[in-house]
Amino acid sequence: MLWIAWKMLIGNRVKYLGIVFGVVFAALLIAQQSSIFCGLMSLTISQIRDVEGPGIWVMDANVQFVDDVKPLADTELFRVKGVPGVEWAVRFYKGIARARLEEGTYEQMILLGLDDATLVGAPAGVFLGSIADLRKPDAVIMDDAGYRRIWPGEPYRLGRVFEMNDRRAVIVGLTKASRTFQSFPIVYTRYSQAVRFAPAERKVLSFILADAAPGVPAEEVCRRIEAQTGLQAVTREAFIWKTIRYYLAKTGIPVNFAITVLLGFLVGTAIAGQTFYLFTVENIRQFGALKAMGTSNATILGMVLFQAMQVGLIGYGVGVGLAALFGWVVRSASKLAFFMPWQVLAITAAAVFVIVLLASLLSIRRVLTVDPAIVFRG
Amino acid sequence: MSMSGMSIERDGREAAVRVRGVTKEFGSGGSLTKALRGVDLDVPYGEMVMLIGPSGCGKTTLVSIVAGTLEPTTGDVIVLGKDLVAMSNGAKVRFRRENVGFVFQAYNLLPALTAAENAAVPLLIAGWRRAKAVAAASDVLDTLGLGHRLTSLPSELSGGEQQRVAIARAIVHEPRLLVCDEPTSALDAENGRITMELIQRIAVQPDRAVIVVTHDSRAYAFADRIASMEDGRIDSVSTGPHQSDPMVP
Repeated sequence: MLWIAWKMLIGNRVKYLGIVFGVVFAALLIAQQSSIFCGLMSLTISQIRDVEGPGIWVMDANVQFVDDVKPLADTELFRVKGVPGVEWAVRFYKGIARARLEEGTYEQMILLGLDDATLVGAPAGVFLGSIADLRKPDAVIMDDAGYRRIWPGEPYRLGRVFEMNDRRAVIVGLTKASRTFQSFPIVYTRYSQAVRFAPAERKVLSFILADAAPGVPAEEVCRRIEAQTGLQAVTREAFIWKTIRYYLAKTGIPVNFAITVLLGFLVGTAIAGQTFYLFTVENIRQFGALKAMGTSNATILGMVLFQAMQVGLIGYGVGVGLAALFGWVVRSASKLAFFMPWQVLAITAAAVFVIVLLASLLSIRRVLTVDPAIVFRG
Repeated sequence: MSMSGMSIERDGREAAVRVRGVTKEFGSGGSLTKALRGVDLDVPYGEMVMLIGPSGCGKTTLVSIVAGTLEPTTGDVIVLGKDLVAMSNGAKVRFRRENVGFVFQAYNLLPALTAAENAAVPLLIAGWRRAKAVAAASDVLDTLGLGHRLTSLPSELSGGEQQRVAIARAIVHEPRLLVCDEPTSALDAENGRITMELIQRIAVQPDRAVIVVTHDSRAYAFADRIASMEDGRIDSVSTGPHQSDPMVP
């Protein structure tokens, strides 16, 4: 009987394509907008992800997310180092600096200061120059996207000079780095250099990067640091989620995307539901004939649900496929953030499932209540 | 012949269908419509009984009740020895699946299925495998002269051919009761005659019975009995031979 349901469904090409279109539209919009949202969220945490090595971030107790820097006194580093279970701890500067270029123009930059001795937090994607060159006087390493933004179309050239806070900075290396939410160029330098590039402040230490001793859980070390220093200590993973939660709760970004996703859901449901219902009404005499000939309501229900699920599967496949294609095109062609984790696929699948279920409800009610005697009426 | 008080056996023949005092009302209060006002009817095995009468006289309601697709308001309906009124809905569905074949005025073929697939539908409903069901249906279509149209869609068939596919669908599972609703009304004289001959030849067997609802006086000659209905009641029943019209050569 499922085979008959399938033949009935594809037998009416116009209605069939109309229903599939509704589901494709919804799946495309939900998957695409969710992926752009995830892309934006991934930008907000890119700087945490790019700092590889330390498992623990220590910061002021009131810091809410990675860009919410509340400077600490330099002495806090030693207090953290003194907490049992801390294997090592280093300073990390993060701030925004205004750079004056050779051309006389100004550019905002994200300035990251790495521990002078260990260079913990150094970028992993250096493709021109080397990390070790950061030890040279005035040395900075700039990210590839930032370089191309400042000097578009120009070949990579080490030795370029610009000024930050009236101090000379020399590019000694170029690196690949994840894009940030602000899209400013990223400049890596030594901590001691960074605090000179930054505007003068009484406190300048942004974060303390630390790691737990072998055999001691990072969460336990974080608890000890917080208890002993009054600072906030979180694992790298927890800091990522803390930052994401901040953007979810404190910005309008999720609401805007949720509205678009909801619209996609509603419009998709409306199109698919209406077309599916029309399809059912058009076939109501056929369903009536099947019931008259001895098809049970359970079988009829199964047929309608099967039709709905087939449409859902096809619509879902085409919809997320188009969304993925969109992401592939825009990621290489523009600066639009796009990130499609498996959760987006799962959420879209769940949404499509609900859409086809809602879309088929009216139809199910119609076919289950149809009087088989309808076939005897002219 | 009067249908009132008819025993289950008459003239040596057991009744395949026995209807007693059946009423059917639709709506309530001011919109109450009495479609049947106490109908008695017997359809013996091996006979074709026609229900005739003007539109709205209750023919379709009566045949729907006999076929088990509609509940009577009151009365008894015994079909093939089973009390339909006492049956649960599920049992009635199974009963129709196993025992009743339908030929509809509008054919009600599934437009996306080929002729053979359409004819196989009752077997598929009964749980047969598709290939086996289609093969069996193809054999039936072949006996009805449609062996060359097995893979045609209904839209590719003439009205007469579609009705023959509908007849094949109605008999493919060898039901003991065949219910036909205006089987010739959409057909020309020649196709109408062929259709009635097929129904008579294939469906009217000693262990089967056929009920035909018709407005078409050309079909009367094929009837063993004709029950004439008026205003929700059976006025009269006549036995053949019946006068007919140009449909019969």
